Amino acid sequence: MADLRCEIGGVKSPNPFWLASAPPTDKEYNVVRAFKAGWGGVVWKTLGEDPPVVNVSSRYGAMSYNGTRMAGFNNIELITDRPLDVNLREIKQVKRDWPDRAMVVSLMVPCEEENWRAILAQVEDTGADGVELNFGCPHGMSERGMGSAVGQVPEYIEMVTRWCKAHTRMPVFVKLTPNVTNILGPARAAKAGGADAVSLINTINSIASVDLDVMAPTPTVDGKGTHGGYCGPAVKPIAMHMVAEIARDAETAGLPISAIGGISNWRDAAEFMTLGAGSVQVCTAAMHHGFKIVEDMIDGLGYWMDEKGYRTLDDFRGAAVPNVTDWQYLNINYEIVAKIDQDLCIKCGLCHIACEDTSHQAIAAQKADGLRRYEVIDQECVGCNLCMHVCPVEGCISMVEVDNGKGYLNWKEDPRNPMNQKAAE
Amino acid sequence: MGNQPDIRAGRLPESAYAENFSDVHPPLDRKAALIESSRCYFCYDAPCVEACPTGIDIPSFIRKISTDNVRGAAQDILDENILGGACARVCPTEVLCQQACVRNAQEAKPVQIGLLQRYATDAVMDAGVHPFSRAEKSGKTVAVIGAGPAGLACAHRLAVLGHDVVILEAKPKSGGLNEYGIAAYKLPDAFAQKEVDFVLQIGGIEIRNDQALGRDFTLTDLRRDYDAVFLGMGLGGVRQLGLEGEDLEGVYNAVDYIAELRQSADLKALPVGRKVVVIGGGNTAIDIAVQTKRLGAEDVTLVYRRGAEAMSATHHEQEFAQVNGVKIKHWAQPREIRGMNGHITDVIFEYTQLDEGGRLAGTGDVFSLPVDMLFKAIGQTMLPQANGGSELLEMDGAKIAVNVERQTSLSGVWAGGDCVAISADLTVAAVQDGKLAAEAINSFLRG
Ligand SMILES: Cc1cc2nc3c(=O)[nH]c(=O)nc-3n(C[C@H](O)[C@H](O)[C@H](O)COP(=O)(O)OP(=O)(O)OC[C@H]3O[C@@H](n4cnc5c(N)ncnc54)[C@H](O)[C@@H]3O)c2cc1C
Ligand SMILES: Cc1cc2nc3c(=O)[nH]c(=O)nc-3n(C[C@H](O)[C@H](O)[C@H](O)COP(=O)(O)O)c2cc1C
Ligand code: SF4
Repeated sequence: MADLRCEIGGVKSPNPFWLASAPPTDKEYNVVRAFKAGWGGVVWKTLGEDPPVVNVSSRYGAMSYNGTRMAGFNNIELITDRPLDVNLREIKQVKRDWPDRAMVVSLMVPCEEENWRAILAQVEDTGADGVELNFGCPHGMSERGMGSAVGQVPEYIEMVTRWCKAHTRMPVFVKLTPNVTNILGPARAAKAGGADAVSLINTINSIASVDLDVMAPTPTVDGKGTHGGYCGPAVKPIAMHMVAEIARDAETAGLPISAIGGISNWRDAAEFMTLGAGSVQVCTAAMHHGFKIVEDMIDGLGYWMDEKGYRTLDDFRGAAVPNVTDWQYLNINYEIVAKIDQDLCIKCGLCHIACEDTSHQAIAAQKADGLRRYEVIDQECVGCNLCMHVCPVEGCISMVEVDNGKGYLNWKEDPRNPMNQKAAE
Repeated sequence: MGNQPDIRAGRLPESAYAENFSDVHPPLDRKAALIESSRCYFCYDAPCVEACPTGIDIPSFIRKISTDNVRGAAQDILDENILGGACARVCPTEVLCQQACVRNAQEAKPVQIGLLQRYATDAVMDAGVHPFSRAEKSGKTVAVIGAGPAGLACAHRLAVLGHDVVILEAKPKSGGLNEYGIAAYKLPDAFAQKEVDFVLQIGGIEIRNDQALGRDFTLTDLRRDYDAVFLGMGLGGVRQLGLEGEDLEGVYNAVDYIAELRQSADLKALPVGRKVVVIGGGNTAIDIAVQTKRLGAEDVTLVYRRGAEAMSATHHEQEFAQVNGVKIKHWAQPREIRGMNGHITDVIFEYTQLDEGGRLAGTGDVFSLPVDMLFKAIGQTMLPQANGGSELLEMDGAKIAVNVERQTSLSGVWAGGDCVAISADLTVAAVQDGKLAAEAINSFLRG
């Protein structure tokens, strides 16, 4: 089978599947179970200074969607609530017992050089492979001037990263918050500060739901709620965009990325890797199904690589990055139309009503001999894909390229672009 | 009375045969498999795994199907059950894995584990992949008697573990009851032979057909010539009613007729009676009843001496027979077989009930059924092998006694499948026996 060994920012692991800094990596007990199950590495639950934080009871909210539980997940937990020396002792022990697995330690201390210097020395002593600076936690800790309060200010990111690089020989990963308007600011700052890699995304500000009887957001703590951090399958598209932006930005290109956000199986991982990720980190999927899911990740990725002829992760890492572009460079002459496979059609009519009410009135609802029939009107179809997405039968509606004889033309060159007309005048 | 027996071939229009004997449960396509796999909760310590005699990691393989990791799914299945393809088709899942599915409690509709298992194993077999390799050769050779599920599973595991295997099989074709016994519509399209070929792809297994223990060689020979022996010869004998008239024409052992049906190249040439009566309450009874019905028999009546719940055929199979137009009569036992001119004409049954002591007793009331063909399906027995060392085998009842590792009373001899006393008389149980015996033999040989 393909070689899944992974190296990112100087940290090695037998496979690219790591557990993200969160409850699954909270203590020796969990981490040992994870390593036994096959995980390639962990980012230990974020350490802070003593005295440890105190958590509330009632901590998680969830978005269940059409019967799928935890399509999105939301939490209001803080960083580790266990004493620093206990964590450090356990980290040291686990690293000693599992030398081939990646052991990265997540950190969050107040924004003073001395505080960072002190904790780095203690972590170095455990033999850990690297540190991850948690500039992402969007709730609770941010009110105390840490976590995303740092991650939202690129200058702070650069400054703290620089301190850390100066005070440790361990590789420094910088974990980014998605709660910013443009991820490139923080990513460039991390790079400028000397980061060995970035990890993203941390969780997204969110309210999971409102309890209409209690009249409060969930998770509800004695009648009140607060915003939490959103993660799980629902955030994957957001995370992928941010990863891709960093991978294709001239300034940050080549900066190793440990991708996080909604990764539940080998395919999710493969997608992130094609967008440039070196390793992937998982939290919600493990919290939902336990550590055993890594088995599918490992053999699923391996078999897929075998099938495609990829021998190592480098063979396909970043393969999709050159195909991520700006809108203005898309081929405006490219044309597709929907095609309905009448043999597969189950006559639910969803494609018709979606197009009729909300798109381009390009699917005719017909009745022949009392039988329903939905037919695409090619001239009206703009190739938006809506019908294909609403169709419950996979493969029933496909989008077919129309050979219109026109070559590549992008918006910058298009005569219909008002900017071009102005230029011509 | 006095009519000529009505037994003839070609009762149905030509096209009906293919239809009646094709796959009872057509395979899932990818779309259906994805939807079905998404119904699995990936339970921890899943009850279905415990309910599978071979202990397949069911949640794991189903999750892999849901991520399109079909190869990984098949590996999970075949690691525990090399005949996962046959078992996906023939296992009474309604009393095994699917009965244990937690979805039963929630919505009375289990995940279709059998069909998902078939989806994954078919994909790998169709791709021509053999997902195993052999350990370093041990230089030892094991004799396996019988190329049925038990023998094949044992041989494959032994080959994986690095031993060479010679399978000695009495019949001209391998596969055991998968080839000669299971209902035709459960294993159509020569699946049994495809699976035998698949198993042999591992290498190191030689099958010698037309070689019968007790006829061509003895157990003593085997113990002398091989490093270990596995007995997987199933049940060669058939239990008899013990009634006068049993030797009349028109009276058959169900398994013999099924074997003929399974080997028939042209079902429309296979003669079948107009009025068929089956005696028995197990798989075999259901299978012969349904198959004769599907061959065009007009009336098929299955008579069982106790109630529906006592039948060893599952509720699902009884229903299947009824849907196929088989009439099931409970609480009646055969008393007399009548014939004319050497051929059976009627069977006289007596109604039965349980007496105060809970024992089965006739009520004295009788009824008669006119019969062109009578099938006996009241169980199989192990053929006595009282020569050449086999007589030394300790028995438990009429079957071979084995311990939990499937070892017999003779050193160097293991046994499994239908021929051992602890067997559940299921394909999947035979596979598990073969696998466990192979592990034990491996420890013995490498020990
Ligand atoms: C009609 C019928 C229908 C069935 N339907 C189902 C079903 O739907 N689902 C299910 O799970 N189970 C079913 N079973 C049970 C299942 O087929 C058996 O439990 C299973 O085949 C047992 O496997 P085995 O390897 O022990 O024996 P067998 O399959 O009987 O194989 C034994 C092999 O040993 C060979 N052999 C016998 N004697 C000798 C000898 N002296 N020397 C050399 N070789 C010898 C035989 O030719 C045969 O190939 C059915 C059984 C019958 C009879
Ligand atoms: C309950 C919970 C606690 C978390 N705690 C931390 C933390 O201490 N430090 C941190 O960097 N990220 C923390 N995270 C964020 C995760 O590490 C991860 O970035 C996020 O959940 C996205 O990944 P996912 O979609 O796989 O869950 C936490 C997430 C959850 C659900
Ligand atoms: S998972 Fe359930 S039992 Fe465990 S700590 Fe949370 S609320 Fe309690």
